Amino acid sequence: MSAELELTVDGIRLRALVTDPSRSLLRVLRDDLGRTGPKEGCDDSECGACMVLVDGRPVNACSFLALQAAGRAITTVEGLAGPDGELSPLQRAFVEGGGIQCGFCTPGMLISATALLAADPDPGDDAIRDALAGNLCRCTGYQPIIAAVRRAAAETAGLTARRD
Amino acid sequence: MTEHFAAPTTLDAALALLAADPAARAVAGGTDLVVAARQGRRPLPPSIVAIDRIPELAGAGIDADGSLVLGALVSHAWIASDAAIARSWTALADASAIVGSPATRATGTLGGNLMNASPAAETTAPLVVLDGTVSLRGPAGSERAIAVADLATGPGRTAARAGELLGSVRIPAPASRSGSAYIRLEYRRAMEIAVVGAAVAVTLTSDGAGIAAARVALTAVAPTVVRAPAAEAELTGTVVGWAAFHAAGGAAAASAQPIDDVRASADYRRAMIAVVVARAAAAAIERAAGRPLAVPASRWAPAVDH
Repeated sequence: MSAELELTVDGIRLRALVTDPSRSLLRVLRDDLGRTGPKEGCDDSECGACMVLVDGRPVNACSFLALQAAGRAITTVEGLAGPDGELSPLQRAFVEGGGIQCGFCTPGMLISATALLAADPDPGDDAIRDALAGNLCRCTGYQPIIAAVRRAAAETAGLTARRD
Repeated sequence: MTEHFAAPTTLDAALALLAADPAARAVAGGTDLVVAARQGRRPLPPSIVAIDRIPELAGAGIDADGSLVLGALVSHAWIASDAAIARSWTALADASAIVGSPATRATGTLGGNLMNASPAAETTAPLVVLDGTVSLRGPAGSERAIAVADLATGPGRTAARAGELLGSVRIPAPASRSGSAYIRLEYRRAMEIAVVGAAVAVTLTSDGAGIAAARVALTAVAPTVVRAPAAEAELTGTVVGWAAFHAAGGAAAASAQPIDDVRASADYRRAMIAVVVARAAAAAIERAAGRPLAVPASRWAPAVDH
């Protein structure tokens, strides 16, 4: 069979022709739509490098059928910066705090942390660790990543407080 | 090779598609079916019926008689964050809160967890001790209720007939002075599967000092999740305390028939089932007595008191 898949990726409506229904959302994003931000690590939902948001929910794109994403809004790491390319507070905190070394896990880490801060703008360390529990990093030892999420949350809270 | 894919938006349409093609399988979140294919354990079926856009399967609420009714598509994340479930059907919240990772919980569904029929499924033992039933929907409008305890018939096998879909799960309102907890042995806190697990539901006597009724179910010690009548007998009619919790744990260990596999030896599983049963009993008692014990109990319940 072949089906036309229409979905929104980082705010842009896109179409792809899917000829194999077992094709994953990750393959369509990377190979057909040129969105190579999400990475293939384990390809079976263990490592979280492929994480994207589907209608705001964190999803391992490697194990999500592309056709199930029809009509949904997908957010990849490439959709986190502002329209002018300005990094989100979370991205900036990762860069400035050493939350990135080789960078392979970073797209998934940022997506999981973005979902966390959307649901809970002021998470404690336990909540941050829980939110990142499906994302493996073999470089940083995790501490700088947790600190970066904490710092981004504090910075955003500070901005909100000043506005009030 | 998967040749066909359909994404119906009504239950009737989904049931007609499944009836028309015996090789078709339903997929909701895909966290079992698709992941198993990625891991090379089991190829995807030749025909897939995606049921994740069927509103009739997505509802959740409390009936006039106080029963909790959860549609097959309700996610673990939703269950783990619902205040009524945390208050009255707490063992289920304990289970859903520790499934996989946040992404697994956001996508994985209650119906999928039950119909995948893993002996290590987290939500099954809580639903067994909470006396849950499932509604199986079939072609031409058929509907039948079956106890969660009777749904799985072996690893990956259920009592559902060809063409039947799990529609919803119903759990009766708990009696007053009752509480429940689910505890699993885990080697790590995330992306984990139960090495062994236990769910306990208890009702206290009116003075709160004794156990009027108890149900115990065990995870990952048999081809399906099983009740442990011998452990229930050790709790029922006894005085609240660690003597009773340990007796129940010992009885559960004696009745369990675990296997050796890559995750644990049978001997280790048998030894640890005594621990998780005792801890789950203690946690269920705390909740029945109205003392707060946060979800998930696996993380917050007290250690065994010898």
